[in-house]
Amino acid sequence: MSAVIDDHGHADHAHGPAKGLMRWVLTTNHKDIGTLYLWFAFSMFLLGGSFAMVIRAELFQPGLQIVEPAFFNQMTTMHGLVMVFGAVMPAFVGLANWMIPLMIGAPDMALPRMNNFSFWLLPAAFILLVSTLFTAGGGPNFGWTFYAPLSTTYAPESVTFFIFAIHLMGISSIMGAINVIATILNLRAPGMTLMKMPLFVWTWLITAFLLIAVMPVLAGCVTMMLMDIHFGTSFFSAAGGGDPVLFQHVFWFFGHPEVYIMILPAFGAVSSIIPTFSRKPLFGYTSMVYATASIAFLSFIVWAHHMFVVGIPLVGELFFMYATLLIAVPTGVKVFNWASTMWQGSLTFETPMLFAVAFVILFSIGGFSGLMLAIAPADFQYQDTYFVVAHFHYVLVPGAIFGIFASAYYWLPKWTGHMYDETLGKLHFWLSFVGMNMTFFPMHFVGLAGMPRRIPDYNLQFADFNMVSSIGAFMFGATQLFFLFIVIKTIRGGPPAPAKPWEGAEGLEWSVPSPAPYHTFTTPPEVK
Amino acid sequence: MMRHPHVWMGLLLWSIFSQAQAAWTVNMAPGATEISHAVFDLHMTIFWICVVIGIIVFGAMFWSMMVHRRSTGQVAAKFHESTTVEILWTIVPFLILVAMAVPATATLIKMYDASEPDIDIQVTGYQWKWHYKYLGQDVEFFSNLATPQDQIHNKETKGEHYLLEVDKPLVLPIGAKVRFLVTSADVIHSWWVPAFAVKRDAIPGFVNEAWTRIDKPGIYRGQCAELCGKDHGFMPIVVEVKEKADYEKWLADRKAEALQLKELTSKEWTLDELKERGDKVYHTTCVACHQAEGQGLPPMFPALKGSPIATGPKADHLHRVYFGKPGTAMAAFGKQLSEVDIAAVVTYERNAWGNNKGDMVTPKEVLELKQAESK
Repeated sequence: MSAVIDDHGHADHAHGPAKGLMRWVLTTNHKDIGTLYLWFAFSMFLLGGSFAMVIRAELFQPGLQIVEPAFFNQMTTMHGLVMVFGAVMPAFVGLANWMIPLMIGAPDMALPRMNNFSFWLLPAAFILLVSTLFTAGGGPNFGWTFYAPLSTTYAPESVTFFIFAIHLMGISSIMGAINVIATILNLRAPGMTLMKMPLFVWTWLITAFLLIAVMPVLAGCVTMMLMDIHFGTSFFSAAGGGDPVLFQHVFWFFGHPEVYIMILPAFGAVSSIIPTFSRKPLFGYTSMVYATASIAFLSFIVWAHHMFVVGIPLVGELFFMYATLLIAVPTGVKVFNWASTMWQGSLTFETPMLFAVAFVILFSIGGFSGLMLAIAPADFQYQDTYFVVAHFHYVLVPGAIFGIFASAYYWLPKWTGHMYDETLGKLHFWLSFVGMNMTFFPMHFVGLAGMPRRIPDYNLQFADFNMVSSIGAFMFGATQLFFLFIVIKTIRGGPPAPAKPWEGAEGLEWSVPSPAPYHTFTTPPEVK
Repeated sequence: MMRHPHVWMGLLLWSIFSQAQAAWTVNMAPGATEISHAVFDLHMTIFWICVVIGIIVFGAMFWSMMVHRRSTGQVAAKFHESTTVEILWTIVPFLILVAMAVPATATLIKMYDASEPDIDIQVTGYQWKWHYKYLGQDVEFFSNLATPQDQIHNKETKGEHYLLEVDKPLVLPIGAKVRFLVTSADVIHSWWVPAFAVKRDAIPGFVNEAWTRIDKPGIYRGQCAELCGKDHGFMPIVVEVKEKADYEKWLADRKAEALQLKELTSKEWTLDELKERGDKVYHTTCVACHQAEGQGLPPMFPALKGSPIATGPKADHLHRVYFGKPGTAMAAFGKQLSEVDIAAVVTYERNAWGNNKGDMVTPKEVLELKQAESK
């Protein structure tokens, strides 16, 4: 097996990267594809962020000022879809492409041509999705959860484009996941046993299995919508003998594992970054692996906690409440392990570490509100309010997004061969940190005071906190343009990075020069 | 160096805070029922548990961040595992969760016990209003947003109950066990009154149960809590809770009104009377989609001004209003409005905004359509 790959590697060495645009269109190189994914994710992050700016501008004051309710609903829907499927998921696939082969000592991903295809499906999918905003009836306006029958009988005509876009994204994710699994299970360097793999590799392996399990469910869900809309079936239409609640069961059977798909790789990255800057090995490696696997398993049996007010029977309600509470146990283990890793270390606070520590603390706050939401009777008051919006943004922004920022700063020297500007990096962190908390923390308050989510206008009692949230959001949004500047500056120059720029870092990725050569580990390294 | 931006931000925030009216509610209200108090207690218990865990974990992290820094000359320890502490911090959180689950289960069982109600109210969600039916009492009505469009579009000062006020509130007595049978006529809505801790999705084809028993008279406000389309933010819920005797009187008045309405159907109406009534009906029921000047919001919500339906044969116009247009947002108003109101609004639409057809649809014609339909 490895001999075959060796030959291939040597053959490639002769010509290296192609020149011009076609290098990126035709590339099968994991580093190029990783770069494509990361740039795509960042551009979608800015696009989804600009939708959020429209939302926050409208909510800056009570009354309708900037957009009509119909367009407001398109903004909330597209913000969610673009951020989930366009920004967070592709960013993690980009990190996986770049780092997994480097971390396990593989020459490339196992299935390079499929890798190229799974990336190039994404721009097609998102052009299709975003183009619907310019159609006569407007784009999707039914929320990123697209509950039927609002998304079927009552949907704008562009819903068919939306369905096709989701199909493309699903195919892309499934292929990406197959590639990750094939790579990790087949291409590890000799001596790299499963229990020696960096946690980022572990969490991605588990994430990939989650993806393969649930993306087809999402595809089935949108296919049933397509049939209902165009082919006269009644899966989700009560009038035809169908069941609108079935939609929610199917959607959340995908949707709940999906939230772990968006956070597990961040867990993995942070589990590399905290030990590096604590100069101390990760505390409880084995328990981290088992905790990740437990979270993944539990994620399949908690979906109906998104549906506590739908009217499921008491026994069902109790089961999903207990199962959801259980998730706090392995999640707690992870947080305790990270804190213990820092304990009695020799800490420094470079930008990746700042983002990683903020990740642990703020993600935990999102976890706490998650625990509150798990209490079914209390959820009757929280469900579909801004408290939920605060909760999942605390999990996704300082969770997934800060995890991605931490990873970007941590590995930028390896990718570009230059050190980023530490002062600017820290400034980016502090502006993001303040902006993010100012945006999302007040949402807990307005939610508890009774403000429903997904409304374009609100009673005056919610006005003050909404204004604070909007100011925070503008600050957070503008700060991300600053991140773009930092990255471009790092690519174009800066102090040359050594092979291992962080003294406390461990792992194979630091054994190759910076920037990482176009082909690495054409001969597998020996892992002791 | 980093202190200065913080100070600056603090000043900015403070100046915003001090100018604004005091509306800094940060917590849930305990509400007006036994159940809502139980829910509030659960909410506070789990909140304080989270606070304590947070103080311990974040405290340890902040201690590390301050003390275990390389700049203070710390040398990293080497330990990296301990089965004992791993088992400990698996079991202790588990026990805390069990302790939390017990009272939560007890409250949930109570919330689900909707048996033996004194009053049954059927709550039906429509895009974008609520319909209340007092089962067995022959009283039913729609409850529409009462906030004027001018307030929403910032042409008028917003009132205290901006977006939380309706034309006809749901009226309930204190002390009675009220069961809500919640359903929907179109998309999914969610009927939520925070003071009762009642939130139930209104789902087409399903009838969900919820119940409450309110201790204090008063006016309680809530909102639709499930995205239901364009005007999801504009379908509030207002419940007026009265003393038992006041409630009985109110109910008797409503029954008398229903009787009166039946008589109106057989009355001989003039064009102007119908137009005047239709104007009101249009501006509560139709205006959200078809807009104040009948211009609509094409292509989702077509214009009525000069439209082929509103200027064509009146039978077709009546038919469209009565039966709706399946597969679109145009609902079948035959089930929603009285014969008089349908006749009035169709007549109005045919004679407003330059549609000057000069003809009218009478309540009797609507009644004939209704009788033909039920055969």
